[in-house]
Amino acid sequence: MAVAEAEVIAAPPVFAATDYHVATSKDGVALDVKDFNLWYGASQALHGVSMPIQKGVVTALIGPSGCGKSTLLRCMNRMNDLIDNLRIQGTMTLDGRDIYAPNIDVIGLRKRMGMVFQKPNPFPMSIAENVVYPLKVDGVTDKALLAETVERSLRGAALWNEVKDRLKESALGLSGGQQQRLCIARAIAGDPEVLLMDEPCSALDPIATAKIEELIDQLRGQYTIVIVTHNMQQASRVSVNTAFMYLGRLIEYGETKRIFTNPVAKRTQDYITGRFG
Amino acid sequence: MTTNVSVNAPVVVPAAHIRVRSFRSDLSAHGEPFNWALGGALAFGIVLIVGFLLLVFWNGISTFYPKPIEVIRTVDGTSVAGSVRRDEVFRLPTAQLADLPPAQQARIRADDGYVKRRLVQIGNYDLYNEDFRWVSEYQIESVSTPPGLYFIERVEWGPFVGRIKQVSLDGRVVAGEALTPQVLDRAHGEARDRWWRLRDLERGDIGTINHHLDEERLALRRLELRFGQGDPRIAEAARPIQERIGKLQAEYKVVADQVTAVRQADIRNTITLTDVNGREKELPLSGVTRFVAANDLGLFGKLGVYFGRWWEFLADEPREANTEGGVMPAIFGTFVMTLLMVIIVAPFGVITALYLREYAKQGRIVSIVRISVNNLAGVPSIVYGVFGLGFFAYLLGGGIDGLFYPERLPNPTFGTGGILWASLTLALLTVPVVIVATEEALAAVPRSMREGSLACGASKWQTIRNIVLPRAMPGIMTGLILAMARGAGEVAPLMLVGVVKLAPELPIDGFFPFIHLERSFMHLGFHIYDVGFQSRNSEAGKPMVFVTTMLLIGLIFVMNIGAIMIRSRLKRRFAGSQF
Repeated sequence: MAVAEAEVIAAPPVFAATDYHVATSKDGVALDVKDFNLWYGASQALHGVSMPIQKGVVTALIGPSGCGKSTLLRCMNRMNDLIDNLRIQGTMTLDGRDIYAPNIDVIGLRKRMGMVFQKPNPFPMSIAENVVYPLKVDGVTDKALLAETVERSLRGAALWNEVKDRLKESALGLSGGQQQRLCIARAIAGDPEVLLMDEPCSALDPIATAKIEELIDQLRGQYTIVIVTHNMQQASRVSVNTAFMYLGRLIEYGETKRIFTNPVAKRTQDYITGRFG
Repeated sequence: MTTNVSVNAPVVVPAAHIRVRSFRSDLSAHGEPFNWALGGALAFGIVLIVGFLLLVFWNGISTFYPKPIEVIRTVDGTSVAGSVRRDEVFRLPTAQLADLPPAQQARIRADDGYVKRRLVQIGNYDLYNEDFRWVSEYQIESVSTPPGLYFIERVEWGPFVGRIKQVSLDGRVVAGEALTPQVLDRAHGEARDRWWRLRDLERGDIGTINHHLDEERLALRRLELRFGQGDPRIAEAARPIQERIGKLQAEYKVVADQVTAVRQADIRNTITLTDVNGREKELPLSGVTRFVAANDLGLFGKLGVYFGRWWEFLADEPREANTEGGVMPAIFGTFVMTLLMVIIVAPFGVITALYLREYAKQGRIVSIVRISVNNLAGVPSIVYGVFGLGFFAYLLGGGIDGLFYPERLPNPTFGTGGILWASLTLALLTVPVVIVATEEALAAVPRSMREGSLACGASKWQTIRNIVLPRAMPGIMTGLILAMARGAGEVAPLMLVGVVKLAPELPIDGFFPFIHLERSFMHLGFHIYDVGFQSRNSEAGKPMVFVTTMLLIGLIFVMNIGAIMIRSRLKRRFAGSQF
């Protein structure tokens, strides 16, 4: 049985014929991951992951805990740089430029990618200060521009109507769902190209989750969104493409509709039908 | 997984069921004995601390309350007058016992040779060469508290206990019996005004003139250093300086004449005192700081004296080898030094901790540095004092003197102990506390906050400045509070780097540059040591030890409360940030 498992995992990721636009189309690709390996010390966390991420659509990463989906996501804006003993191999490009090139400006890269974390992490500042934090680190002091950004971002994050009267109050007084939408507002305030979301709803109740999902739906088209989720219903609701990962390997990648109705790999089928994971 | 258990297979039951666990829980499992032990340890600690505070506060608070003056007639016909400090029982040496009359001998022998005696503060040091006297019970004939006795606090020689015989006001003599309190108060007030006027003239006007004269003298010395001794150019350049010196000397003459005039008025107002044995003492009225009619005062009169003494203690300078007067310079010195220490240690410790925690690659070297920093906290503080004296005062201060104050040499300016060097030494002493606390505070900042900031495109430094440091500030403040409490109570190193017994000049005054960090200063902690163990009469200094201790505890308490209030304000900003 162990041998059979290894065979399944070692097989290259499955792309169905209908997924040709995901696999082949070059011009529609925002982020291109090619043969990407990653080690934490001696243990390998990602094994030869290759996936082109389509521009302007929502791509979901699903898989059981510890399968490497968050690790992959955090490699995209080099958040993993903070970890000691990390080693990578392979390439990852954003609009054709290698993210891991030695001369790349990591801060500039992160400015092009907003990120939303698993737990809402507003800063201990006022709501408005939270939203304009990306501009503040750029040294923007133009009050009109800041005010305009606050409104635009909060409207974009569907939070404006709830907080417009208390922008000067501490962001820590907001509810969990509001805090997470504030973090989304903060992520889009810097006008990024890509939005990385690391299980953005896992700490929220169903109503707040529904609001965030609705928001993701509204944001599609403006941003390339990569969302990691544990929740398969969520993946099927919000994403256009879905990648299924297991034990550090990309098992199957394709259109969400097809993955959930007609998966090619047996592991994918087992996972989405709830047989394990 | 491999064994398929058939439904019909017989279930194997062990022959005898052995109970592994007991369902009772014994005493140690309940944990009560540990509760008692822990609670007992806490109670013991609290009792010790409260007992200590009660001792200090009771003695400190009661010190200034006027006590009645008892007149004790002794069997040999003399009298002893004064306030009783305390009673004690002691064993009479047999040689002394043998000298006593047989009846008394028998009584003392019945008490196993023990005798009671009382310590009386008799004052009148100038008459008897002692401030305190032990009076044994068998010497006492009678005890009374007659009216009309005064406890007179003086500028010199300590208190006088006795009566007022007469007051001589500009040649007009008023006898003690005819003296109304109003007349005495007015005459005394005027005399004290003259005394203060004299002090102002000497300290203020003459002090200023001396300061300027000193500057001119230094300017002359600078010229000599620039041109070389005996150079003809000196005379040319020195002419304006000499003119200014001449002008200052003329000013000095005017002030000196004023001083003489006030002095002459002062010595025409004298007071003659007699003690209970009829010995007389004449002194200028201005030499008396306070008359306390100890046996005649009502409650309000006594309270007036009590608060008057407190005010003198807090606002005045020390007298009589620090056993009398006030401790204002010491309060000020302690406060300024502690504040300066915090100002120095805060950036020093925080920057070190920031580097260790945020920038340095965590590894063997950083571990060694961290362990060394922790060990620094265990170095005896006197060693820091020696280091401060050698490195700060002699090396750094000597260097500064050579560079900037060559004209004052060989008199050191910075090259000796001073408040700056003391603050730096204490900062060095307390920096481990700040580093450890700051590192803990930095480590406690959630990773998600840093990641959130970095993901927004902030650089590492921007993240630290905008997110990490504000968030860690309450923890850093805790470290500073601990450092402050430790530094304010430290005495040993200060004795080497700038604390002195008496420093009438405060480190801050009206002369440019207003803050004189090179000056030596007084410190409450050292004051306690000095009064308690280095003064002429430890019995006289004892109450002052308690009062000064109380004051030092109070000062540290107030500074800590201030810092804690700042910290809780900072903390409130982060309320509700936990999930």
